[in-house]
Amino acid sequence: MKADTTANPVVPVKANKKSGSFIDRIPAKVWLLISLSAAMLLWWVLSITPKTSRSFPNTVIVVESIKTMIDRGVFFTDIISSMISVLAGFALGFVIALPVAIMMAWYRPVRNIIEPWIQFVRNIPPLAYVPLVVISAGVGRKPQIIVITIATFLTMAITIYQGVVNIDETLIKAARVLGAKDRDIFLKVIAPATLPFILTAIRLGASVALTTLIAAESTGATAGLGMRIRALNNSFDSPPMLLYIIVIGIIGITIEKLIKIMERRLTGWQEKREI
Amino acid sequence: MAREERNIKVKIDNVRKVFNTRNGEMVALNGVSLDIMENEFICVVGPSGCGKSTLLNIIAGLSEATSGTVYCDGKEVTGTGTERGVVFQQYALFPWMTVKKNVEFGLKLQGKGREEASEIAMKYLKMVDLQDFANHYPKELSGGMKQRVAIARAYAVNPSVLLMDEPFGALDAQTRTQLQSELLETWQKERKTCFFITHDVDEAIILAQKVIIMSARPGRIKEIVDIDIPYPRNQETKMTKEFLDLKNHIWGQVYQEYLEVRK
Repeated sequence: MKADTTANPVVPVKANKKSGSFIDRIPAKVWLLISLSAAMLLWWVLSITPKTSRSFPNTVIVVESIKTMIDRGVFFTDIISSMISVLAGFALGFVIALPVAIMMAWYRPVRNIIEPWIQFVRNIPPLAYVPLVVISAGVGRKPQIIVITIATFLTMAITIYQGVVNIDETLIKAARVLGAKDRDIFLKVIAPATLPFILTAIRLGASVALTTLIAAESTGATAGLGMRIRALNNSFDSPPMLLYIIVIGIIGITIEKLIKIMERRLTGWQEKREI
Repeated sequence: MAREERNIKVKIDNVRKVFNTRNGEMVALNGVSLDIMENEFICVVGPSGCGKSTLLNIIAGLSEATSGTVYCDGKEVTGTGTERGVVFQQYALFPWMTVKKNVEFGLKLQGKGREEASEIAMKYLKMVDLQDFANHYPKELSGGMKQRVAIARAYAVNPSVLLMDEPFGALDAQTRTQLQSELLETWQKERKTCFFITHDVDEAIILAQKVIIMSARPGRIKEIVDIDIPYPRNQETKMTKEFLDLKNHIWGQVYQEYLEVRK
């Protein structure tokens, strides 16, 4: 400590470092609180600015609209309906993506034929092909699930495929010289080595499932967060609309956090963390 | 003839390896023949691209020779086998397994029970002085420690030949010296047949009984130098005149090859 206070050219740097370490010492939870407060402040500013006040009604009014929506008997049915579509579509997307990704990684013809399809469709906004889905699948739950399945499949297949392709080949060699047969290599090397990518794929897939919600529920849905936002749009009823938008955001961040916890539990052995 | 055969651990017979590249055929190895005797420590030196690793992969059964044959204990090598253990430069530890599970990996594949596998694993972790890290994950270890785990893992399945592909190449000089000493000590005790690739001439002389100098493009055996420095050797051996003379000679040969490659 004494050395720090003696006058030498290092002092200013040290002082600088000290103020830096104050910022460094703020715990993550406090940062989150600061971030949230700043967002609330920004929201408040938007709500009193004439140009934006209609889109961003006061926080209190938005919170109160929960009651309105519950009284109308739609709030919980909307959430549940959307969650069913998201979960079903996501689960189907995953079940298809996993074997397709592995086949793509192992068989060149499969990769050469399917990968361009995926890359092509991936860049098309789901809203664009929704009418085509409805024409064949009709309205209701079915097209919603199909749209979410397609979107999540595309993202997850690519992510898992990248994982399987990028497995460190020396690990497979090391297993082989220790006596591993093909079966052992698949179960004991390839599967665990791919797990981090599968979890990343699940996280990205869940996010895509939610962002596709509006498109999925524009298929003549009778309930749902996305469907409700569109319906409220027609009456310019902004408080519940904003409320629903925030609800989607909360669901999204909750799912992501849960998956992150799972990732830490299952793949904490990783040298470096990715995306 | 029969008596001589008994002592040959690995016989490399006229091995040739050709890779098909975009620019046509590339001959990586041509006419390589070598007998590795039982209990022998052989080091291979040569400029990068001389096919050292290719040769090791062929002996390990990880790669197939275009022509020629490798025999281990008189049997033709057609694939990998646990009698030929390999240590890779990049450690190749399974990152999702603890240190101990890594060492047990091969033992479990051999059908050893949990207790027996655990016992053997701990024995070899003790050998590399890492028994206290048994339950750590590879990411918590330094490079030198990782390579010691890899060596323990290779030893654990009790191979009769150890193939080491620049195992200390990625380590800093100090760690490398330390691991050389440890390996030397272990070898002096167990005399396990070793085929060790390196680009470090000092390392080759201190460890080996025979140094194979390879030439590049195509990879051939240029010279076999007997290292007559008696064991036990240690780092001080590097100061002796014998050592320095050998180093001068081998380094000169390798450097010539290096210049060839640069042309």
